[in-house]
Amino acid sequence: MTSVVEVRDLSKIYPLEGGEDVVALRGVDLTIEPGEFVAVMGPSGSGKSTFMHIVGLLDRPTAGTYRFAGHDLGSLGADDLADLRSRALGFVFQAYNLLPRTTAIENVELPMIYAGVPAAERRRAALEALDAVGLAKYAQHQPNQLSGGQQQRVAIARSIVNQPQLILADEPTGALDTASSEDVMALFRRLNAERGMTVMLVTHEPDVAAHARRLVSFRDGRIVSDEPVREKALV
Amino acid sequence: MISFTQTLRLALQALIRNRSRSLLTMLGIVIGVAAVIVTVAIGTGAKTSVADQINGLGSNLVMVIPGSVQTSGARTGNGGASTLTVQDGLAIAKLPGVSAVSPSVNVRTQVIANGQNWQTTATGVAPTFTTVRSWDVAGGRFFTQTETDEAAKVAVLGQTVVKQLFAGGDPVGQTVMVKNVPFTVIGTLAAKGQSGAGQDQDDTVLIPYTSALERITGGTSIGSLMVSAADAQHIDSVQSQITGLLEQRHAITGGRADDFQVRNLQDIAQAASATASILGLLLAAVAAVSLLVGGIGIMNIMLVSVTERTREIGLRVALGARAAAILRQFLIEAVVLSTGGGALGVVLGVAGAAAVAVLAHWPATVPLVAVVLALAFSAAVGVFFGYWPARKAAALDPIRALRFE
Repeated sequence: MTSVVEVRDLSKIYPLEGGEDVVALRGVDLTIEPGEFVAVMGPSGSGKSTFMHIVGLLDRPTAGTYRFAGHDLGSLGADDLADLRSRALGFVFQAYNLLPRTTAIENVELPMIYAGVPAAERRRAALEALDAVGLAKYAQHQPNQLSGGQQQRVAIARSIVNQPQLILADEPTGALDTASSEDVMALFRRLNAERGMTVMLVTHEPDVAAHARRLVSFRDGRIVSDEPVREKALV
Repeated sequence: MISFTQTLRLALQALIRNRSRSLLTMLGIVIGVAAVIVTVAIGTGAKTSVADQINGLGSNLVMVIPGSVQTSGARTGNGGASTLTVQDGLAIAKLPGVSAVSPSVNVRTQVIANGQNWQTTATGVAPTFTTVRSWDVAGGRFFTQTETDEAAKVAVLGQTVVKQLFAGGDPVGQTVMVKNVPFTVIGTLAAKGQSGAGQDQDDTVLIPYTSALERITGGTSIGSLMVSAADAQHIDSVQSQITGLLEQRHAITGGRADDFQVRNLQDIAQAASATASILGLLLAAVAAVSLLVGGIGIMNIMLVSVTERTREIGLRVALGARAAAILRQFLIEAVVLSTGGGALGVVLGVAGAAAVAVLAHWPATVPLVAVVLALAFSAAVGVFFGYWPARKAAALDPIRALRFE
């Protein structure tokens, strides 16, 4: 089976004018198999965000190779990357990033619009995704009529609507209170466990990372630890 | 890949989300296009009415008017000299290519009849007047050559005079006093309306020119000669023959200036329509400037919109929008704004033109080509001024865009 993410000796250097270059990633190796639930942790400046952007096909590495679901990033143009993002990736952001004054179902349909999915099929898949996050009856609500936790669940519905090969969640609980955070993390666990969805979660909160099954820690642009998460007794 | 209709839908959704801003942005184009439409309508109406009125003066008409004279250094304007005579007219009538000639002796005077009085112009003309001016008699008859030779006291009234003196009743057989000379009304003229210069042509009393000279002005000089060329092709040759003949008759030789002027109505018509065209062009230029300003307004708002929607753009890119899709969406937004504004402007302009037609009695007509051009131009404005903001949007780095506060 093809690995979802296969990163070899990845490095990213941001050149700075008139000063020293900033090295964000220095020789990262990582493989994520289908069905995994990986938490990426690290302090700010550790390179975890840069790593996520490259994995999310929003940025390119300075050196090293990245194969996403068998596609070699180096051989793909900007439009190919955009098409891959619309078909094979799902994004969840800290700030939800839902379109304002747009209904939940229209927000969920958005990635399928760019993938060129016909309207009827979009509607059906969007309703199903909203149902999967428990918000089917909020389909016609606009973001400002929903709580933070509900908005993030709409964003999760949006991320899964294309049946992506990888869901990337960037600090998805960063803007939520404890109860909503638990809800959202439970949702990720359920999507991973019941639907076999591959999830990569970037966070700096150990509590949140504990919901994953594998924990990768970054420091100074390198992976310093990569280990399975011990099953918590309270679960 | 996202289809065009889908992009159009996204663009429309984005515009509807900012309804009031979209409408305000359109306003510049709306006003610009409405101004263009009204301007063109008025200009076209002016041209049509000038052409109509010139034709109404009589086809193939050549006017001979006295020139300017100089008396101890002071020069009168054209028409100030009293050098044209009835004999000049008779000589011109014999020229080849001339079908009819009528002198015109104008007397500004009060006319009295039926216990009413009215200030009008009594004009002495020949029986050929009806042919020369292509002006028909509405009731009664026109005076004859015999009556002209006898300097008969007969008059034909214009409709305005009929209205003022006889309250619209039949004046034939009644008597009107012109400068205390009683004239018998023998006919009325058909209504002719306003002249190109805005004068009421129906405000006139026609009498034989002989009567005017002998009984009223007491001179021999005439105000002007109206000459009708046999056909339109001969107008130029008739004109030059008249000039030659009158120079000979008035003994004008060498470098001396003519004491008369020969004008053909075609020239006057062309001058008038050229004036109308220049006026139209000027107004169109002003309208084009307002469209340009409207376009800059659209660019301004689109730039603001791109900055304001940076996160949205970042999100769309992250969700799989190609750069081209973003560019197209913002370009379509700009074009929808400008074309929508253009369409609203056309509606407003047509309504404005109709209002002008009704309120100012001006024959304002909106040519279809103006509507099509206005719409095409406003769409072009949208493409031109929308392209830069759209490119800015498409070139955004999604990572930075998503972090943008």
